[in-house]
Amino acid sequence: MATQQTSGSMIETHDLRRTFKTRGKAADVEAVRGVDLHVGAGQIFGFLGPNGAGKTTTLRMLATLLTPTSGEATVAGADLRRQPQRVRERIGYVPQGGSTDPAETGRGELVIQGRLYGMSKSQAVARASEVLALLDLESAADRTTSTYSGGMKRRLDVGLGIVHRPAVLFLDEPTTGLDPQARAGMWDEIRGLRAQGTTVFLTTHYLEEADALADRLAIIDHGLIVAEGTADELKRQVAGDVVTLGVDGATEHVLETVRQQSFVREATGEDGVIRLYVDRGETAVPQLLRVLDGAGLAPSSIALHRPSLDDVFLRQTGRSLRDDAAA
Amino acid sequence: MKLIRDTWLMYRRSLILTLRQPVWVAMGLFQPILYLILFAPLLEGATSTAGASASAFNWFVPGLLILTAFFAAFFAGFGLVAEIRYGVVERMRVTPMSRFAMLAGRSLRDVTILLAQSSLLILVAIPFGLELDPLGALLTLGIVALVGLTFSLLSYTLALVTKSEDALAPIAQAVTLPLLLLSGIMLPMALAPDWLQTLSTLNPLTHAVDAARALFNGLWADPQIVVGSVVMGTLALISLVIAARAFARTTA
Repeated sequence: MATQQTSGSMIETHDLRRTFKTRGKAADVEAVRGVDLHVGAGQIFGFLGPNGAGKTTTLRMLATLLTPTSGEATVAGADLRRQPQRVRERIGYVPQGGSTDPAETGRGELVIQGRLYGMSKSQAVARASEVLALLDLESAADRTTSTYSGGMKRRLDVGLGIVHRPAVLFLDEPTTGLDPQARAGMWDEIRGLRAQGTTVFLTTHYLEEADALADRLAIIDHGLIVAEGTADELKRQVAGDVVTLGVDGATEHVLETVRQQSFVREATGEDGVIRLYVDRGETAVPQLLRVLDGAGLAPSSIALHRPSLDDVFLRQTGRSLRDDAAA
Repeated sequence: MKLIRDTWLMYRRSLILTLRQPVWVAMGLFQPILYLILFAPLLEGATSTAGASASAFNWFVPGLLILTAFFAAFFAGFGLVAEIRYGVVERMRVTPMSRFAMLAGRSLRDVTILLAQSSLLILVAIPFGLELDPLGALLTLGIVALVGLTFSLLSYTLALVTKSEDALAPIAQAVTLPLLLLSGIMLPMALAPDWLQTLSTLNPLTHAVDAARALFNGLWADPQIVVGSVVMGTLALISLVIAARAFARTTA
């Protein structure tokens, strides 16, 4: 029933903006300040950003829950501002905080959801059984959702998002709070959706999740897209290698010293951990050791690695996503 | 038609989910039954002093029905706050379903439950000495439905705006008690000093109560029937517009 485009783009935004009015004389908050996104059909698109960067606001706009202040967007072939109703017919949205009533059964929720998308009773009942089987919820289908585990609830949330076979599925933090096994299961479900041609737009706090799942990524910060591309492209933008130094206490002093070295492109550090971006790691490490030894600042540990998405994130936003997730 | 279909789906779902927790439906009857047993007998003396002709129960029960409708309806918003917290409201807002149906289905559920509770309450009152005029009782339920509809709509609007029980509870308290005291449900307003009677006529609930009493006892010539019906009908319509706009606009 959904429009399945095999090529072309499923989400296109141009200069999308959202400003929140604040009470009193404080300046209005520009949560999203001109976002351009291009998400190809059949892709898993990862959308990353620190808390308060405009991630959720963008997602809610694309899912028709929030009206953009200005800008243009096309979602699943329909104009977001002029045809929100048509967008709703073609998208699924899985909110972060759950979406089910504890007094309703899993099957009951899926049936009403199907009917709200216009299915007849028999269609909705048949589709509910299909989705329950797909998400391995058959044995719990007729229990109320109050008895479900966190992982089961999240699978049912996803099921509610795909009942009507949407062309685009929005997933807000789909694995937050899940144990590693449930997370791995969710990754399989998401890949399975892509295999069936669904375009998946997901936000996540976990960089390994974005790395493992997403065909393309965008990082938003302060309401603007600061980086976009495949995970490999983004990692290549962080030129060279990363050296991580463990230092005991003298973080500032070590930072000062290494920044004076011509082979160090950039250095950041806090709490006894210093990250250096260097052109050639294999020559930088011995040089570094010599310099620090000479200054009487021998590191307690040293490691050399290729840039990870965390390095990309740190470079682009000045914050570590891990710290943010823990906060 | 889509609106009717969506309203029916929403109505059916919310009614089934409410009936799965029958404790709450029963709880709604607990308070009025206490009034019936522990308060109404006190009125026997009071009403005769005020010169009311009907028996205490025939005088008190119509007001009690309005009181029950008023309180139950005001609590409807708490249920919606819970549904907002579960994420159910947001989930449905992303579907193509009619925004108005989300509201209408829930309000119709409230009125249905209210009418069942009211009918039960009337039956319970008969052994205590209530004299029943079936047509009058039926028409009284019409007023009860209007009161329930009006205040459940307003309660939903407040729930959408505040999104929190903590904000809803004090507002409900601040509104319900003065309206209740000024309505003449507990004692005849004829006993009140002039200034209090004047204040009482400004309370829409007073007119609902007066109309309900006249209807229930078959006093067809009483002008309060028309006044009460028009006041509550108008108020229900205004509440409907306010609540529908809140539902259409909200980002819950």
